[in-house]
Parts: sequence; C-alpha cells; structure tokens
Amino acid sequence: MTYTKRIDGRKLDELRPMEAKAGVIPNADGSAYFKIGKTTAYVAVYGPRELFPRFKQDPTKGLLRCHYGMMPFSGSGERIRPGTSRRAQEISMVMEKSLNPVLDLSAFPNAVVDVFIALPQTDAGTRCAAISAAAIALADAGIPMTDMVSSVAVGQVDGTVLADLDYSEEAYDAIVSDVPVAITHNKKEVTLLQMDGEISKEDLIKALELAKGATEKVYELQRKALTEKFADK
Amino acid sequence: MSELIAKERSIVIPGEALAEGMDYLPGQNTYREEEKIYSNVVGLLSLSGRAIKITPLSGPYVPKDGDKIIGRITDITMTSWRVNTGTAYSAMLNVRDATTRFVKNGEDLSKIFSIGEFIVTKITKVTSQKLIDLTMKSPDLYKVSGGRVIKINSQKVPRVIGKQGSMVSLIKNKTGCNITVGQNGFIWLKGEPKGELIAERAIKLIEQKSHQEGLTSKIETFLEEESKNN
Repeated sequence: MTYTKRIDGRKLDELRPMEAKAGVIPNADGSAYFKIGKTTAYVAVYGPRELFPRFKQDPTKGLLRCHYGMMPFSGSGERIRPGTSRRAQEISMVMEKSLNPVLDLSAFPNAVVDVFIALPQTDAGTRCAAISAAAIALADAGIPMTDMVSSVAVGQVDGTVLADLDYSEEAYDAIVSDVPVAITHNKKEVTLLQMDGEISKEDLIKALELAKGATEKVYELQRKALTEKFADK
Repeated sequence: MSELIAKERSIVIPGEALAEGMDYLPGQNTYREEEKIYSNVVGLLSLSGRAIKITPLSGPYVPKDGDKIIGRITDITMTSWRVNTGTAYSAMLNVRDATTRFVKNGEDLSKIFSIGEFIVTKITKVTSQKLIDLTMKSPDLYKVSGGRVIKINSQKVPRVIGKQGSMVSLIKNKTGCNITVGQNGFIWLKGEPKGELIAERAIKLIEQKSHQEGLTSKIETFLEEESKNN
C-alpha cells in the first residue's frame, strides 16, 4: 500500500471539479454538457423521430440509439481516428443499456430517440461523463423517464480504493483497476458495471459503497443543471 | 399522514419524489411507487384537489383526437395524402375527408393538395400504434396559401394562444397578421412582410420566456417598441 496520497492531492472519495449545463445546443430537442476534471462531454438528443432502417422498428416501444465519439484532438496528443471503432461501439452499447432502464419509450412505437455524444477533451471516465450528460439531455428533451441515472468511476490503485480516477491514476505503475458505475437515484439500481484491471472482492464491495455517495454528488449537479435551465431566463 | 415533498409551482426533474402517502393521487406525468409519487418529466408541479400533475416544460408533441394541427403534404397515394405532422408519425388524409365536392375516379389528386403544401387540418383518430387519420371537412380547415410557417415547441402552444386567445389576438392586432396556431407547434403567419417578421420574433420570444409571469405585458411592450422602430 504505497499509494496513500493521490497525484492531484484529492481526498480518496473526492471527485474532480464538476460542471454541468442543460440546453447547450439550440438545434437539438434536448442537450447537455458535463465536465468532470479535464473530461468534457457534449450530448445532443434528437427525437422521438422516424426510425430507419425499418427492420429495427419495434411496434411495442421506441428505440434508444447512442452514438459515442471522442474528438480527434481529445486525448493526450495521439490523434484519435474519427468515426466508429470497436471501443466506441461497445461504449455506445453499454450507454444504451445503462439508460434504458429509466426510460419509458412505450408511447413512441416504431420511433427512435437518437443520442449523440462528443468528447472534446478526455482524461479518463469518459463513459461516465457521457452517461451523466445523456441523462440530463434526455430529461431536457422531455422524454418520459422514471428516474435519473448518475455515473462515476471508482477503482483501486495499488491497494487503495478511490473514487473518480483520472488518467494518471489509471496509468499508475502498479496493480490498478477502474470500475465505471451508473446508479439510479431512487432505487439505487446499478445500470452500468464494468471493470478493467484487478481488484479483490473486499475492495470491490468497498468501491461500490463509495460509488453510491459519489453518484449522489453527480445527481445533485444534474438536478441543478436542469432546474437552472428552466428557472427564470 | 400524507405530505407534499416538493413545493407547488416548483420545477421538478424526472424521478423526483413529489408526495408521500395515499391521500394524494398521481395525475399527468407522474407515477406511484409504493407510498410515494414521483415525476416522469421536467416540469412545473401543480395541485388540483388531491391530484398531483406536472406541466411539462419541454417534450415532443403527442397527437390527440380532435387536435387542430398544421401539416405538410409529403406523398400522394391512390386515394389519400400522406401528411408530415412534425412528429415521428405521419398522418393520412383520405379523399373522402379532404373535400366536400365529388372527386372523379382517376382524378389527379395533386390538383387538390400537392406535395410540399401546408394544410390546416384536424385529427379524427389516433391508434395505439400512432396511425393518424385527418379531416378537412370543417369551415375552419383550409389549405395554407402565402405567408410563412414557423415551428415552435408544441408544449409552448398554450402560451402563444394565451387565455381565451388573448396573446394571439394581441399579436394579430399589433402586427396586422393573420395567425393560425396548430397544436403540433406549427404556426402560419400571413400579412405584410414587416408584420410577419415582428410576429415571428414575438412568438420566438414567447417560446423562450414561456413560463415567466406577466408575459402578455412583456410581449405588448416588445411589440410597441418594434412598431416604433419601423
């Protein structure tokens, strides 16, 4: 246990400084921006609208479709090829799966709600920032939702359990693990749980406990972003 | 013991607990989960008796029976027109419901309504799968000619119309425009080009400031200033 003090001086359960805003893209039906540390996510929601290709239409409910993408200049200097990749497809899929449980699209048969995510700046925790932003944007678009989803990464660096790892911690030269988690506000249901690296059972339980408090902080910010947009302009 | 958790007239977000206890009833855009009532959308909370209701502040237009809407003709079939309603679902207008006059077999339907034209029409039926039927058989339903059609969020339509049409008649009087508001958020303006421009800007202003108090007087001063400048 050598990693007792964090590289950027945060407390173990402290998140990076966050910022959120709803309604940043006027052309979209709903939009949001979410920043945590150096990771920035913009999300635009379009729809419900007609779904093509037609074989994807579901006559019982609408479809949620996510498009995740990091911008070419967003990493640490390596150019990221624009367009889809294996990684982007996977993250788009897990985002759909983590947002769907709170979404009620039964009123929109055969239709689609498109969610576009762009990340101009990334420093670990992109899928979490994207999910938190997408939840704000979907609420802003007026899509019926039973609950909010808030997401944050937790993990373990050299035996120390922490919340919201940044890139320098993910790349720390020791046994590290990164566990992105998304939790609903009311029922505290886990809608996203992935893991990269190694973590002991005890540490994972500790980390998930940490995630509950951390997502609550994200929720407060999401709520503030939404009420601020609609409070007197 | 039942109690209200969120305040009346306050902005709530999806999943927010509104009230606890069985004395309150879940109304529009809310749902009950065990003892508590939660919100489904971002909106303003209002109470009518024991029922809790959320007036949404954003969201798509949901087609309803009897709604007067403005749509664009997108296609012509053997016996009907396909109409874009500004939603995920297009509507059908059958020849039978399109006109009172006799339409001969094999007549060119584009002579009545052609592709790209806007019509002021009424919804007669919506199925669970959102198939929409329209009618034109009413004196207040007609084809749009001249002027301009603009689109706003359909949730703001009641504010554009105002109480007993007070807002829309205010804009009509000050700009000399004819204004037809569709429930789906399409608005047809026709008048002098200058008047149309001012009316369009006034409507966009209403859309932006829709839930502020004293909106009518704000729009009135806006219209007066605009007409002075021109």
